[in-house]
Amino acid sequence: MKCLFSVLLKKIGLAGATLGFFTMFVPSFALADELNSGDTAWILTSTALVLFMTLPGLALFYSGLVRAKNVLSVLMQCFSIACLVSIVWMVFGYGLAFGDGGSINQIVGLGNIMISDIGIDSMSGTIPEILFFMFQMTFAIITPALVVGGFAERMKFTSVLWFTVLWVALVYAPVCHWVWGGGWLSDKGFLDFAGGAVVHINAGVAAIVAAIVLGNRRGFPDTPMAPHNMAITVAGASMLWVGWFGFNAGSALTSGGGAGMAMAVTHISAAAGSLAWMACEWYRSGKPTVLGIVTGMVAGLGTITPASGFVGPLGGLIIGLSAGVVCYFATQYIKRVLKIDDSLDVFPVHGVGGVLGCLLTAVFYSKSYGGLAEAGYSISSQFGVQLIGVLATVAWCAVVTFFILKLVDIMVGLRVKEDEETEGLDIVLHNERGYHI
Amino acid sequence: MKLVTAIIKPFKLDDAREALSDIGVTGMTVTETKGFGRQKGHSELYRGAEYVVDFLPKVKLEVAVADNKVEEVVASIIKAAGTGKIGDGKIFVLGLEEVIRIRTGETGEEAL
Repeated sequence: MKCLFSVLLKKIGLAGATLGFFTMFVPSFALADELNSGDTAWILTSTALVLFMTLPGLALFYSGLVRAKNVLSVLMQCFSIACLVSIVWMVFGYGLAFGDGGSINQIVGLGNIMISDIGIDSMSGTIPEILFFMFQMTFAIITPALVVGGFAERMKFTSVLWFTVLWVALVYAPVCHWVWGGGWLSDKGFLDFAGGAVVHINAGVAAIVAAIVLGNRRGFPDTPMAPHNMAITVAGASMLWVGWFGFNAGSALTSGGGAGMAMAVTHISAAAGSLAWMACEWYRSGKPTVLGIVTGMVAGLGTITPASGFVGPLGGLIIGLSAGVVCYFATQYIKRVLKIDDSLDVFPVHGVGGVLGCLLTAVFYSKSYGGLAEAGYSISSQFGVQLIGVLATVAWCAVVTFFILKLVDIMVGLRVKEDEETEGLDIVLHNERGYHI
Repeated sequence: MKLVTAIIKPFKLDDAREALSDIGVTGMTVTETKGFGRQKGHSELYRGAEYVVDFLPKVKLEVAVADNKVEEVVASIIKAAGTGKIGDGKIFVLGLEEVIRIRTGETGEEAL
């Protein structure tokens, strides 16, 4: 700041410099498109953190939960999805999500193929647009990677690759555009700070649709299919917690109180969700498990995601506690009552959590509950908007995911053969073994 | 000659090895294995999926002994590997037709 002042002083004299100095305190619309290096540095960091959530956070979290014979298949799927989506996002994904769709801009963006419209000086708010492109890419990567949990241990690798490309193009990008890219949901005032609908509801719904379409794993639910390596699952989960600071606090797109508050509520929700799930499990099953506590953490994080820039610490606490309890019971219901093999519980944790978080955002945004809304904010009317957004996302995702799966099935099939599934995907699909003990 | 095969609890392996060493048994083969008899398994819970695991980890100890040492070896294993609780295991004594030392070609009791 001192340096800027002296530069201004030399160039435009004392009056001009003083005026220039004080414009720093004017709300940012007055300085739109002027690069803020604090914001930029933080978003550079957040981009790395969110990529870290996928590689290796989610990859380890998921791969520890499957049987040893399938450990590499999960790692391969996460890694290849990261690579594939990166290219897809560059070639046309970013344009679909954030481009100007002209007459159809309510639904989807267009143009910016190969991000040819983004130059080194292009801006997006106070950060370079190329950085915004990268930051958003990491979200586009983790969302299909989350879906892996729904079809783990039985989907063909080629099918996963095809599914990913089609799904990012037809589900992720449009919903992203509706909520963040200037589409109809943002016009309606739908609040989704960091991806409750765009990431978590989308991933959760797609996972359960995939689980149903592909069918349950051979032997489910009677055959034991215990996680083969809880240690790496917990290591991965821990990385998710840390990375989530980039996910939520980074979604502030600025470096300041907003990011700081988002980080705080995110963290409180994670802690609360962990303890709430642990308490439920301890009470109902007699012993607290480490899988339970980390799942509660993920539930807390996923549920606070849409609310993270709108609520205060009280909101973080209540949302986290609710997430731990609600997602715990949702998991029991899907697994034990409905007996759907959403293998890694993506729907009850991310799907249900995302819905819960989007709806609770309306409540805890209110100043009366410690939120950041202005006076005159109506919980009930915002709740209505949130509900519309939630239902629209669920409906679009479910229907389009179903059709994509059917299409991929016609193209290359979906599921491995029964004997291949028994032998294990690592050997059958990748000619590799995870461990040589 | 007899092959004394003992299925014991894994944490008792070191005690059994020491006890056998004390009575002059110079070699053995150990295998990690699973099994159950009257000992019930345990249950494991993973996010709502509960499994009852019947098979418990055990260790199989095999010792080739001369006929006149069998009683001593069996008694030694029982003392070292027993805890008094269900799941202590069993000992099987099998007849051993021939024993050969690969390096030297010795056979019979000299190869034990």
